Amino acid sequence: MLPVIVILLYLLVIAVIGSIAFRRGKTNTEDFFLANRSVGEMVFFLSLFATNMTAFAILGSSGQAYRQGIGIYGLMASSSGLVIPLTIFLIGTRLWAIGKRFGHQTQVAFFRDRWECNAIGTIIFALSAAMLVPYMIISIMGGGTVLAQISHSDLSKAPLIPYHVGCAIVAVVVTMGVFLGGMRGTVWVNILQTTLFLCFGAVAVITISHSLPLSFGEYISKLAGEAKTSALVTREKMPPQAFWSYTLIPLSSIMFPHMAIMCFSARKVTAFRRTVVLYPLAILLIWLPCVFLGVLGAATLDKVADPDGVLLLMLQKYAPAWLAGILGAGIISAVIGSDAHQVLALSTMFTKDIYQHYGGREKYGERGAVHFARAFIVIVTIAAYVVALKLKDKQGIFEIAVRYAFSGFAAMAPIMVAALFWKRSTKWGALAATLFTAACLIYFAILQNSGHPGDIIWKIGQGKDAIKVLFLNPRGDVSFWNGYMTVVPMVFGSALCMLLGSLVTQPPSQRTIDKYFSQPKSEPVAAAVTS
Amino acid sequence: MKLKAFLLTLLVLVFYILHQDFWNWKQTHPLVLGFLPIGLAYHAGYSIAAAFLMALLVKFAWPKHLEDVQPESDKPRDDEPEH
Repeated sequence: MLPVIVILLYLLVIAVIGSIAFRRGKTNTEDFFLANRSVGEMVFFLSLFATNMTAFAILGSSGQAYRQGIGIYGLMASSSGLVIPLTIFLIGTRLWAIGKRFGHQTQVAFFRDRWECNAIGTIIFALSAAMLVPYMIISIMGGGTVLAQISHSDLSKAPLIPYHVGCAIVAVVVTMGVFLGGMRGTVWVNILQTTLFLCFGAVAVITISHSLPLSFGEYISKLAGEAKTSALVTREKMPPQAFWSYTLIPLSSIMFPHMAIMCFSARKVTAFRRTVVLYPLAILLIWLPCVFLGVLGAATLDKVADPDGVLLLMLQKYAPAWLAGILGAGIISAVIGSDAHQVLALSTMFTKDIYQHYGGREKYGERGAVHFARAFIVIVTIAAYVVALKLKDKQGIFEIAVRYAFSGFAAMAPIMVAALFWKRSTKWGALAATLFTAACLIYFAILQNSGHPGDIIWKIGQGKDAIKVLFLNPRGDVSFWNGYMTVVPMVFGSALCMLLGSLVTQPPSQRTIDKYFSQPKSEPVAAAVTS
Repeated sequence: MKLKAFLLTLLVLVFYILHQDFWNWKQTHPLVLGFLPIGLAYHAGYSIAAAFLMALLVKFAWPKHLEDVQPESDKPRDDEPEH
């Protein structure tokens, strides 16, 4: 009961913060969607991090570590600690500058203007939205599952907060926060959320270490000494091809609409400095304890039916109830933090890229756009809630969709790089890369659903030396060239499409190239401001 | 200037390659600090080193020209509030 009360209090605080932000807001879209581009340095870091980290960073990481061992950290965390800040440094700063100069609030608005084409923006919008929606649905599903698990201390009875109520609580809290506070409310809430889940790991490790009968070292030595479990403290069962493939996945991060839109919200470009330096350390703070505790779960717990619940089980077993509540709030904060940004990003995209772009602004003005955005937030959250309930048993499908969404967004990265750094890039190149990405996603989804683990779709040669070009691995995931993940052909294929498509078509007009590649005209405006 | 950019790019590439620590692949020991398997400790250290790398990039390759960027559009922006 105590953990549930702590979590409900925490959710109440979040709702209050949203309503305070509502009173500070103005009725224009730049304020609602981007907090008037006024987010300061430290808040920017905390908020961008909350945007990027989902409950997977806590529950999924420990669950995967329970299954696959310590390699999960190198596979997902340390690669992200390099690639994500690098993309924020190279791409995020440029996106911010372009937004500031020309007033863009979404990547789609930038792509449309950069390549002088409405259609390319609409196609990229459609693909981005299609990849983001399953992510949003699974966040609500995750929230419902976590609340049910945390409130299920007595396994002989039903959970205190059933799944459908948990989903509803998460949906309502997210909607309230985003509906009322827009980006400002979301960012304020993120300060609390990120602080909470950054502390989560260290507190969990210290608490659990005090309650365990043996030391951490003794448990790890025990795992290493037994043939059945020794693979958990090495990477011997992890294919090197998959390990390398995963270094391309974090390219997706900056291409997720909620991450890119967040980049537009900084007050100054200098806000990015602290973010890129602190980012790898923040990833370390969350992932290292969770991965370690996940592995430890294999040594300290009996067989766990749902590995993603291993950390919650350890907390229930080894932490006092009030602390388990605070730590549970840390997990919920990760769910809500990213979900709120996803909802806000979808709303921003629909309002700016579709509603306003196709005439809504002329008809109903700025105030009308904010009302539209709020209505959209309510509708999309209700829809996601209904789907989360109706398709609870199909959660696996959404998980697969999200996995492919990461590859899909990573494959969109060459489009962004070309738009920002390659003058000669054209809308046709971008179109080719986008369609290639969409075609890959559809094809791989069909393969995954129609095939069986181990199926070989295409191979070169025969016998032992045969190269499996396209096949389903033992987990049933589509794999490429003897074990590389689909992200590899998707990223390189997309880059090739961008390159060839651009080289064989007419470049954009000189006026547009000058607009985006000339030095910013800062002095006259700056002088006017200071005078 | 070009040499600095080249050296920083090289550093990032080397750092990227160092992520593939095949030499730790099957190692369980030593246990760093008495409890962290070497494969995990290496990547924890890698994360800390990544923060230093980012600090170097911020110091030596920061896009300073972006610091003075101001709105350029002469016509009313999309987001002007209503009066």
